[in-house]
Amino acid sequence: MAKTIYQKIWDAHEVYTPAGEDPILYIDRHYAHEVTSAQAFEGLRLAGRKVRHPELTFAVMDHNIPTKDRDKPIADVLSRAQIEALRNNCAEFGIECFDMFDERNGVVHVVGPELGLTLPGMTIVCGDSHTATHGAFGALAHGIGTSEVEHVLATQTLLQKPSKTMEVRVSGKLGAGVTAKDVVLAIIGKIGTAGGTGYVIEFTGEVIRALTMEGRMTVCNMAIEAGARAGLVSPDEKTFAYLRGRRYLPANKSFDALSAEWAQWASDAACSYDTVVELRGEDIEPQVTWGTSPGMVTGVSGHVPVLAEIADANTRLAAKNALAYVGLAEGLPITDIKINKMFIGSCTNGRLEDLRAAAKVAKGHQVDPSIELAIVVPGSYAVKKEAEAEGLDTIFREAGFEWRDPGCSMCLAMNDDRLNPGDRCASTSNRNFEGRQGKDSRTHLVGPAMAAAAAIAGHFVDVRNWDYK
Amino acid sequence: MQPFTQLTGIVAPLEALNVDTDQIIPKQFLKRIERTGYGPMLFFDWRYLADEKTPNPDFEMNAPRYQGASILLSKDNFGCGSSREHAPWALENYGIRCILAPSFADIFYYNCFNNGILPVKVASETVDQLFAEVRASEGYQLTVDLEALRIVKPDGSTIAFEIHPFLRERLLNGWDQIGLTLRHEDKISAYEKARAIA
Repeated sequence: MAKTIYQKIWDAHEVYTPAGEDPILYIDRHYAHEVTSAQAFEGLRLAGRKVRHPELTFAVMDHNIPTKDRDKPIADVLSRAQIEALRNNCAEFGIECFDMFDERNGVVHVVGPELGLTLPGMTIVCGDSHTATHGAFGALAHGIGTSEVEHVLATQTLLQKPSKTMEVRVSGKLGAGVTAKDVVLAIIGKIGTAGGTGYVIEFTGEVIRALTMEGRMTVCNMAIEAGARAGLVSPDEKTFAYLRGRRYLPANKSFDALSAEWAQWASDAACSYDTVVELRGEDIEPQVTWGTSPGMVTGVSGHVPVLAEIADANTRLAAKNALAYVGLAEGLPITDIKINKMFIGSCTNGRLEDLRAAAKVAKGHQVDPSIELAIVVPGSYAVKKEAEAEGLDTIFREAGFEWRDPGCSMCLAMNDDRLNPGDRCASTSNRNFEGRQGKDSRTHLVGPAMAAAAAIAGHFVDVRNWDYK
Repeated sequence: MQPFTQLTGIVAPLEALNVDTDQIIPKQFLKRIERTGYGPMLFFDWRYLADEKTPNPDFEMNAPRYQGASILLSKDNFGCGSSREHAPWALENYGIRCILAPSFADIFYYNCFNNGILPVKVASETVDQLFAEVRASEGYQLTVDLEALRIVKPDGSTIAFEIHPFLRERLLNGWDQIGLTLRHEDKISAYEKARAIA
């Protein structure tokens, strides 16, 4: 019978299903970071349990770490203690850890793929909802809570209920200046932030096939913002080309043999899904969120909604609350929204392709005087090194952007990179929730080129009309 | 984990859609490495004024009549966003053992069951009606009966609900997930052997 990639991976990882209970699913790869793991390790200690397969877990500090002056001691005592806890827990339980100064350090969802730790057909978990990112490789990857982290450490398995499957097919072709970020924001705008609840989404269609692996990671990364635990793209030649030569590939097989195995995971042509959603690439323009949920989004040529035009009472209530929070007038054109800060980075848009797109916009321009802070935070040290080799850091600096060390940074503002009350930020991250980037601050989610353009103009502009120099 | 069988308690209203886990517990409190003590930080940005100490009088849950609430009433897509288990930890530590909403985000929903919290999906119209009833009578209490799968209102009328039988069983008994799985350790070993995972 024809199967989806989800069904194939599920079938290959279902260890056992006790009568009347949840299936036990085997986990091939577990990533850990400092914020959601300490209590899990402590739980193991209290119960006298050990880590079943320390070699299948990799840890990285990313959420708390500073993105500047990293060589100085971390001033925040709690952040420092949390980072030290991860370091000590990894040493105690025999887990490999990419520490703050390790060349393999970076945001966990950027680092895993670039090291070849994320492979097609794997089951991957991490105590982080953006684990969905790894689905771009055709891995079943999703976020879990800390109790589940402990469960994975102790048993290398997870109790899971099967999900329903949703195909999100993006057909046709994207216009110039329209990126993966715009695609996924448009998808969330269409199905809503709870549209994917209970589902695993497989992204298909010509537009998805045409995306680079980096673009596919951006799309899968935000599957969680559509409510789906996991997003997937069936692996293809692009997947294999990306993985060739990566550091942690299995050493016992030739690359051709590995590629042939990986290809088997792709969804069968005749497979079917529980739900199908279709979008046309041609209909997608650069997207900008206006509210406090990623589903509150519109094209750059659009405007902030008019409440009276929203038919559904609950949607209207949510929009009303959001507008009160973000301080925008009903009906305001998106391009009239002025910003005072800008952030490029995160597991959504902190990869080389993202930085290249932003640098292309920035080149020969200057950040507007109204912008108080514009930071570019590479997703990993590897990304930073590659970007610097191409001179992107120089382009950013000359245009008035700050060039930082890698980390989660202002995506969730756990370190010093945070907004002040009243700030309005163009951000390439994934969440525009109230207070996400700092209490009483306002976030507008966009792609990297749109963010850079907004910093230069001082307000949102349609990057499709940009004056490239 | 503490079992959940039956609970009678005050109901606190939180009339918002898409209540995300960043709202339930903001990031600055995720730096602690303990599992307990998050109750005072629950809904921090909504709950306190700018001085971060004075209760915000506009935040409905702060009203004296809702103090001691153990049941939270909210709207669609409760618990969306970050997977942080600090969210159920904060709710539980505050005293919330049951959440009533039309829908929940997946990760949060399952995190609840590892912390003795019962999330109950209640039809949207019923939720709207409950908001009205809660506000209409001070001291409004509900009884949530997980064994009988029903909510009993003050007037004795009931609302039936559904939950996956295994999740119900786990909460009723307070079972620890790891303990459950380790009963089948032989199956895991056999699986690993078949796949040559050393």
